[in-house]
Amino acid sequence: MTKRFKPSQRFKSSEITDEAVFSSRRSVLKSMGFVGAGALLSGSAAARGWFDDDDKPAFKARPLDFTRNNSLSTDETMTPYAKVTSYNNFYEFGTSKDDPVENAQDFQVDPWSLKIDGMVRNPITLSYDDILNKFPLEERVYRLRCVEAWSMVIPWLGFELNKLIKLADPLGSAKYVAFKTLFDPKQMPGQRNPFMGGGIDYPYVEGLRLDEAMHPLSLMSVGVYGKTLPPQNGAPIRLVVPWKYGFKSIKSVVRITLTDQEPLTTWNRLAAHEYGFYANVNPDVAHPRWSQASERRITKGGLFSQNRIDTERFNGYQEVAPLYNNMDLTRYY
Amino acid sequence: MKLLNKPLKLSALQIRLTKTLLHLLILGWVIITFYQSVTDNLGADPVKALIHFSGIGALNLLLITLLISPAARYLPAPALMRFRRMLGIYVFVYAVIHLLTYISFELQFDWSLVVSEIIKRPYITVGMVALLLLTALTATSPNKVRQRLGKRWQRLHNSIYLVVFLALLHFSWSRKTGLQEPLIYWFIALLIVLPRLQTLKQRVTRSR
Ligand code: HEM
Repeated sequence: MTKRFKPSQRFKSSEITDEAVFSSRRSVLKSMGFVGAGALLSGSAAARGWFDDDDKPAFKARPLDFTRNNSLSTDETMTPYAKVTSYNNFYEFGTSKDDPVENAQDFQVDPWSLKIDGMVRNPITLSYDDILNKFPLEERVYRLRCVEAWSMVIPWLGFELNKLIKLADPLGSAKYVAFKTLFDPKQMPGQRNPFMGGGIDYPYVEGLRLDEAMHPLSLMSVGVYGKTLPPQNGAPIRLVVPWKYGFKSIKSVVRITLTDQEPLTTWNRLAAHEYGFYANVNPDVAHPRWSQASERRITKGGLFSQNRIDTERFNGYQEVAPLYNNMDLTRYY
Repeated sequence: MKLLNKPLKLSALQIRLTKTLLHLLILGWVIITFYQSVTDNLGADPVKALIHFSGIGALNLLLITLLISPAARYLPAPALMRFRRMLGIYVFVYAVIHLLTYISFELQFDWSLVVSEIIKRPYITVGMVALLLLTALTATSPNKVRQRLGKRWQRLHNSIYLVVFLALLHFSWSRKTGLQEPLIYWFIALLIVLPRLQTLKQRVTRSR
């Protein structure tokens, strides 16, 4: 089922990671007295989390063992850890991009239970420890393209989704894979309060065609930047499908179900004309409210080091193109 | 019901001081925010943060501007009217900063994209119409122009309510889902505008 493919990017050893930046930046800000000045005119300016006074104890990410997969990693400049972990769309914790980092720090990831069921011969349930230990972990630096026309470059740790699916042994009749995020209104304020959660019908559901799920690029990620995922990034386990818009890469997954029906996915159900089931990154198909032809890459640096780059088909992962032979991607967007 | 038992009056000096303070506050806010964005201290995406800052800033200033005349009448504090034009012009200034941020940092001077986004995206078109109206209001704000326009001035400036409507429409439309802050803003705007409907109607019929 998996197709042979050529990696689209080779990794060069030009890597810089700076996690210390985040904390030092906070103290600099504090010493300058800007702290807490968040809200008068700017109301909900996207900067809140950075200026907050009350340092809640941050989630403790722990280091993981992994090997690096160079052939599937891009060598583009990575988005710093501080930005990867403070700018998140995770509406279960609030709709502003700085809400998740604010509201998710005491999210319980252990114990966890991830079920793989549906049209399989061998249903599996993975515990928290299984999630981290059952498969050897790889590091892959992927581009992440958000449907909102911004992008990041992120070093994920994880294992290929196809390993998990093979273990469950799908029936021949299985055609799709459905994913579900944890539903726990006690822990997830967005699920409790429609004002916080954007009025979405939870739990969040995503889906892939089985051949997409089996593609070696499809990753189940359990970590980022060498450590376990922080809750705002989808701890303890999330999907990463780098050739699709970010909302396909569902977070904090509790259930993976093999099925013969195309799953009714959350954003598709909410606004079908804006968010399709496939959601492949495609510069030629505009979102009704903005162009997808280019994107702003979020890396290090302030206002003057922002760059807008052309968006590539399949987010530059051309090797997936054969999955969509004979499909009109303007119709199946 | 009056909140103050004597109408609030301010001396020329007090007015001048208050104005200076307002300038410092409103412009200082812009300067500090831009400084933070340049030094990468404005969250992960400084461009989005600036667009939000200036957009919400313009909207907040707009609502504050609209509160001036009822406050002046009912507190009563006629002196407040002296600050209305200035605040109104700052609505325009923030909206221009908003547009310039969008053109220069979001779209990075890709002019063909700027033009096509303004034409093709309804929420951007709506924002643009709101800004054009604000431009007209700002251009006709000097006393001399006001006198020259006579009755027509009031008619033109009633379109500030249209600006509120367009700005809120633009705000709601820019979001991926509906149930959020925009709703709160719609509610506040209704509270401000509804009590005036009567006066507005009279004004409109009188000016015919
Ligand atoms: C010149 C035309 C305008 C353009 C091109 C424009 C563009 C934009 C853009 C691109 C966004 C961000 C959407 C997003 O990605 O979240 C936005 C949001 C917004 N704009 Fe405008 N805008 C214009 C005029 C105005 C005016 C006149 C006002 C108010 C008086 C306004 C108020 C807002 C508000 C409140 C937001 C939401 C900010 C937030 O989400 O925090 N805009 N606008």
